[in-house]
Order: sequence, then structure tokens, then C-alpha cells
Amino acid sequence: MPDERLSVENLHLWRGDSHVLRGVHFTLERGACLEVRGSNGAGKTSLLRTLCGLMYPEEGRILWNGVDVRRDLAAFHSQLAYLGHEPPLKADLSARENLHYWIGVRRPLASAELDSALARVGAGSWSRRLVRTLSAGQRRRVALAALALLTVPLWILDEPTTNLDTEGQQLVGELLSQQLARGGIVVAAVHQGLPSAVREIRRLELAA
Amino acid sequence: MRPGSPASVLPSPGVAAVSAPDMRTASALTAARLALARDLQLAFRRPSQLVQPLAFFAIVTLLFPLAISPELSRLKFVAPGVLWAAALLASLLALEFLFRDDASDGTLEQYALSGQSLTGLMFAKTVAHWLLTGLPLALTAPLAAVSLGAPATAMPGVLLAVAVGTVPLSLIGSIGAALTLGMKRSGALLSLLTLPLSLPVLIFGARATQLAIGGASILAPVELLGALAVLAVTLAPLAAAAAVRISLE
Amino acid sequence: MTWTWFHRLGSPPYVYGLAARLTPWFAWPAALLIAAGLVGGLVLAPPDYQQGDGYRILYVHAPSAWMSLMVYTTMALAAAVGLIWRIKVAHAVAASCAPIGASFTLAALVTGALWGQPMWGTFWQWDPRLTSELILFFLYLGYMGLRAGLEDTQRADRASAVLAVVGVVNVPIIHYSVTWWNSLHQAPSIMRLAKPTMPAVMLVPLLAMLLGFTLLFGALLLVRLRGEVLARERTASWIREAVSA
Repeated sequence: MPDERLSVENLHLWRGDSHVLRGVHFTLERGACLEVRGSNGAGKTSLLRTLCGLMYPEEGRILWNGVDVRRDLAAFHSQLAYLGHEPPLKADLSARENLHYWIGVRRPLASAELDSALARVGAGSWSRRLVRTLSAGQRRRVALAALALLTVPLWILDEPTTNLDTEGQQLVGELLSQQLARGGIVVAAVHQGLPSAVREIRRLELAA
Repeated sequence: MRPGSPASVLPSPGVAAVSAPDMRTASALTAARLALARDLQLAFRRPSQLVQPLAFFAIVTLLFPLAISPELSRLKFVAPGVLWAAALLASLLALEFLFRDDASDGTLEQYALSGQSLTGLMFAKTVAHWLLTGLPLALTAPLAAVSLGAPATAMPGVLLAVAVGTVPLSLIGSIGAALTLGMKRSGALLSLLTLPLSLPVLIFGARATQLAIGGASILAPVELLGALAVLAVTLAPLAAAAAVRISLE
Repeated sequence: MTWTWFHRLGSPPYVYGLAARLTPWFAWPAALLIAAGLVGGLVLAPPDYQQGDGYRILYVHAPSAWMSLMVYTTMALAAAVGLIWRIKVAHAVAASCAPIGASFTLAALVTGALWGQPMWGTFWQWDPRLTSELILFFLYLGYMGLRAGLEDTQRADRASAVLAVVGVVNVPIIHYSVTWWNSLHQAPSIMRLAKPTMPAVMLVPLLAMLLGFTLLFGALLLVRLRGEVLARERTASWIREAVSA
């Protein structure tokens, strides 16, 4: 199996006049989990979006398996799953339909896989209801189902446990542990820390 | 066995789906097809939104006989211009829906991160937009033309001209829509950006309609419209994708 | 050697200083050429056998129209450079070009209308060149409107760059379609002069005006560019020294 590694070298990012990322530097090996902490406005989301290649740093670079991600962004993207603040769900479609499109655009998806992922997050009974009728916690669970289906090497998550009850947070812990167990890497921005089920977390503090 | 140690990626008993990372990807065609299908499915769940541009088109067309004269012989002269101006404005109205929802709920972001060609996905979305706006306009335009004094024999020509002409309109419009993403009340700016670029379509389309009403061959202007369509298909999705990426930065 | 020079052009402090030094080299020749051109065109050249003295507005109209197109192309080029290579100074150049180009376009439209008045008794004709100028004016307005509507400077730069490139590709298409439209309807054109040959005594002042206007654009661009760079870099440390110098 290829030696997955994420290397971030000396990232500097400006948003308008503010110097948001000041020389962020770290390397993550297979099975590593990085928790990004910081108060609001410290640049957690900016860091995650820069890691994804959505934002362009003024200085520094990001290497995936030793190769600058800018060389082939599409290939990098096919190996990464990003979950932002809000689950990207269409209110007029059901949870099932949403996942069908979301995952299907990226990779072939069998119906059975879809159903088992939904069952895993406890969505079995409401997966065919329109998303507009779901609570915030339920929508977050749909996003977790997507994560369960996107078993790609790199997960970049922006506050994955928002709106989740204890059971939901345990689910996140399980998913993350499994991702790390198969040699994947997780970078997660959090306010209050990741579930305790996840071991060996490294921390990165961003100062505002 | 501790998680993360390089030598051991063995599945632990009782935990489903601890396997190697999944490296499969969908083909570009499948991705485009799904993007198109999603937009169409969403549109049909909100049929009232579909009808709005058409209703607008009908109302604007109605304005002119009231403003000018009820005599069909007089209206016949302004019919091409009225028809195309109304089609242009109706198309503009429908553009607001092209990216707005996708931008606000994060779908667009996921498209940019999907590993698929964003240009291809933008093209698919614009095709959906044309199917939902341009095509219905093309089917309604012959009726509007007749109400403005065109003979029934002009109807096929009008349909063809509007069908071909609305293709570059949707494509050019997608650029403006992508550039103004996330801006509040961008309607006027969107019009300012899109209309000058759409004027060639207006010119050739109106000419085709005029010839159709007069009973002459519409081949020349329709060929020009077709050329515009081809040019737009090659360049517009690229520009729209670039604009979308810029809005995500 | 050449690459160092190119790299320095990307540095705002360097460009700020360079622009200051270069401005007189554009401004003075521009003033001289325009003065000479005006004297030559308004006083020395003989009246046109068809239009009498009315044609003289050509000496302002033609250079304005020419510049309106040239500035748009320059703007699109600078914007493209900024977009592809992410050079902020290039975006500053594009931003500086826009109001200058819009002014030239307005001047072309106004002088075109003034020209039409004595000839046709009306301030406006749907002459293909005037119509194209009008559309170009809207392209400028759209560009400036987009910039104004986007608060984040970086996004404004990059989005308007895409617009400028799309616009520049469209300008020939628009021009062609307008000419095609006009030829169908045989509307009168106010631009017909004693073509194809213009006697030297008429031509020389025109060329002087053209060159003078080009240099004028250069001077105005440099002045605006300094202002743009200042505004964009206002929080940078080099500003304090440069401004007090």
C-alpha cells in the first residue's frame, strides 16, 4: 500500500489585511489524527480549506505523498473527503437521494452499500424523508453516513460533532477510529475536542 | 495491536468495513449525468419555480400589444424584437437559480472537491438549466409570435431559432451567475454583465425570427446562432468553473 | 537578467517608485503631441470637401475610440497575467485601467454624438461603430460594477479578471454582429470621410493625436497605479517610508 503522508510546509495565508495562517508546519503519517484548536476567527476553517486546495496560500506548500498537491489537484481531491460546517444536503431531496448524488459523483455506489451506511448511522427509518423535515442532528448523521461511504485516505473535517448527542458523538469516534485503523489520516477542527474513543491525537493550536 | 502502527492493518473482529482505502472514481460522464439528474429532480420538486420565467415571458409579450397597438399587422414588425427581448429577460430571471442554492448549501464546494472536472460539472448544470428554461421558452415562443401577428407558417422557424439561440444564452449567463455568486441583490449587476455579451444572440435570433415571419429561409442567421452556441459550449463552462473556484477561495 | 527585472515588476514598492519616475516621460510628450495635433487638426488642416469644418471633431473622436479598445485589451491582458501567475501588481494595473478606458469610451460617444448633430440633425444614430462603442461602455461599467460589488479585494481582482478575459474574447464577436445587423438595415453612418486616402495635412495631426492619446493613457495609468498600490498596501511597512520621502 502506498505510504500516505500529509506534509504542510510553512503555510502563510492572508485574508484581506489579516495574516490568518502564520507559518503552519506539520507532517502526518498514516493513521495519524490532528486536532486543530483555536477560538473563533483563529483560522481553523481557513486552514482546513487551504489543506483542501480551495484557498491558495501566499507562501508555503502542501505535499501529499511527497508530491505538491497543486500538481494534480483533481487526483488529490479524489483521495480526500471534506466536511464543512453545514452538511451539504438539498432540502428537497431525501437523505438517501442526497447521498446517491453526493457519493455517486465521486465513485460508483451500490444500493446495498448506501443502505448499510444509512443503517449504521441510525437513519434506517427516516432515510427516505425529505431533508427539510430532519433535525440538525439527523442531518449531521447523514453527513456521517457519507463519511462512512468515503473511505478515502484523508479526511478533513470542520467540527464533526456539532449538533450530535452522546450516541452521535460515539459514532463519530468509531468512524474516526476505523479511518485511522485502515491507515487513513484525519485532520479535524474542533471546539471541544474529539471523542475519547480516538486515541493518539496530536494537537495544533491556532492563535487569533 | 495499536491503531496507526504501520505493520498492522488487520480487521478487528466485530467492526464492519475496516478495509483498505477506497480508490475507485466515477467516470466523468457518470458524474455529469448525476449532476444533470440532480438539478432536474430538484426542479421538478418545485414546479412553481419552473413556471416563473415562462410566466414572465408571457407577460412581457403581452405588454407590447397593450403599449403599441392591437393591430396584428403593426405588431408583426416589432414581433421579432419583442420576442427576443422577452426571451433574454426571462432567461436572465432564471439564471439566479442556477448556482444560488448550490453555493449556499455547500454542494458547489463538494463539486469542486469531488476530483471530477469542475468544467464538466458546470456544463452539466448549464444543460439542465437550458432544459428547464431555454427549451420551454422555445416551445412557447411560436405561440407568442402568433399572438404578435406572425403567420402560423412561421412557427417552426421561430421554435428552431429560439431553441438554438437560448443555448448560448444559458452558457453565457452561467458565467455571470458564477461571478456574482453569494452577492446580495445581484440581479441588476447580473443583467449588466450578461446582456452585453448576449447581444449577438439577440441580433441573429431576431433576424431569424423576422425572416421566418416573412416566409424566407432562416438558414443564415440560425447557422450564426449555431456558431455562437458551439463557441459558448467550448469556452463558457471553463470560465464558469474558474469563477466558481474564485468564489470558493 | 531579464527575469530579475520581471520579478521586480511584481513588487509593489518597486512599481510605486518606478511609476513616479516614469510619469513625466509620458505626460510631457503626451501634452506636446496633443497640443500639436489639435493645432494641426483644428487650425491648419483644410475643411473637408463633404463635411466642411464639422469633421474636425474626428481629431478627438477617433483617438478616443481607438484608446477605448486599446485600454480594454491592456486591462484584459494585465488581468490575465494576474489571474494565471497570481501577481497582485498586475491586478492593480487592470483596476487602474478601467476608469480610464471608460472615460475614453464616454469621450468617443459624446464626440460621436456631437459630430452627428450638425451632419444629421440628431444626436444619436445607430451607426455600427457608435453602437459598438456603447456596448463597450457597458462592458466597462460591468467590470467596474463587479469590482465594486465584491468586498474582498482578492476575489474582486480574480472575478473581474475572468470577466475581462471573457469580455475581450467577445469584443470582436459583438463588433461583427453589430456590423452585420447594421448592414442589413442600411442605416446611415456618420463615419464616412474622404476615404480611402486622407491627405497628409489631415493625416499627420490625426496620428499625432493618436500617439498623444496613447502616451496620455500611459501617464494616467501610472498615476492611478500609484494610487491603487498605495490603497492595497496601506498596511505594509514600506508605505510609511515611501510616502514621507
